[in-house]
Amino acid sequence: MKHRMTIAVLSLAGFFVSLYLWLWKVGLLGTIACGDGGCETVQLSEHAVFLGLPVAFHGMVGYLVLMIVSFAGLQPRWAERREPTQLLVLFAGVGVLFAGYLTYLEAAVIHAWCRWCVVSAALIVLIFVTGIVGMMPSTRTSNVQRSTSNTER
Amino acid sequence: MAQPVNLKKFYVAFGALAVVGAGAIWMAMRRSPEPVEVGPVPVNATAFPGHVLGSDSAPVEIVEYADFGCNACAYFTVLTEPDVKTRLVNTGRVRLRFRDFVTPSHPNSLDAHLAAACAGEQGQFWAMHDQIMFNQQRWMRERRPDREFRGYARTIGIDVGSYDDCVGDQRMVSRFAASRQEGLDIGVTATPSFVIGGMLYTGAMGYDSLVTLLERAEAAGGQ
Repeated sequence: MKHRMTIAVLSLAGFFVSLYLWLWKVGLLGTIACGDGGCETVQLSEHAVFLGLPVAFHGMVGYLVLMIVSFAGLQPRWAERREPTQLLVLFAGVGVLFAGYLTYLEAAVIHAWCRWCVVSAALIVLIFVTGIVGMMPSTRTSNVQRSTSNTER
Repeated sequence: MAQPVNLKKFYVAFGALAVVGAGAIWMAMRRSPEPVEVGPVPVNATAFPGHVLGSDSAPVEIVEYADFGCNACAYFTVLTEPDVKTRLVNTGRVRLRFRDFVTPSHPNSLDAHLAAACAGEQGQFWAMHDQIMFNQQRWMRERRPDREFRGYARTIGIDVGSYDDCVGDQRMVSRFAASRQEGLDIGVTATPSFVIGGMLYTGAMGYDSLVTLLERAEAAGGQ
């Protein structure tokens, strides 16, 4: 259960980072707190659009999906089942690959670093790792014990 | 035995975090925008010098490098440019120059630049520019954006036959490449970018921020 809570919180943070970048991308934020201007360079480059939509928008949707799945996984009927965690690891895995590609673009193609993008990449890696930890047998046993304890109380 | 997980506490904490995050975003949206100053750059208009709005005698020129398919460029046109035109250009304080900076990843962007340039051939660049920017969300989704742009050509009252000829032979395309290269040469990496008083600024900005930069350029002696 705790790993799903952690993922929900990390996803919320990721959602706000993506929302912040998206709002700036569409012109609703006058300025972006980035320090050296790297965020502007990255966000306004041709690589900041994927499938016709800003990359930050894809991030928002991705984190929202992770949040929904982690919340669903906290509900009693799903709490002891593996599927929510498997789904979280699957989605986060896709996110890690995408973030890895974007980080490569920053380093090798755009030659500028968007700090918020790096934060987002770190968050999705943390979510993925948390999901993997949640899938481990020892964690699951512990979760079941807690869940049983909950029921007894 | 391990402690039971308290979901109520988690929901309260999560809700509090959500409120804090939303509040931070709201505060960021209210903060006065300040564009990033990249550094002094020479503005050297070679070949096609861009589309100009305003008096030749205006003391300061604002050069905008923009892509019709860029969301932030459209927001600048819709939210900031009307004030720039009425309060700065029409009063002779500023001359606005538009330079094409076509970004291949933006859907239908090249067609949009072609439409504007061909309208410009008949002296109606800015009318077409406004049609394209104000309707960006419409034509970006079109599979045949040329029909949409042809409709704008009719709306602004240009000779559609000549417009079709211009769009058809694509003679303006080489001009875009040259304009983009010039932008890259002076350090433009993203759209919209502005050169104001010899300084390059990246990112869309509100009217007040633009006036601040304009005043700085005026204090430095204009151009």
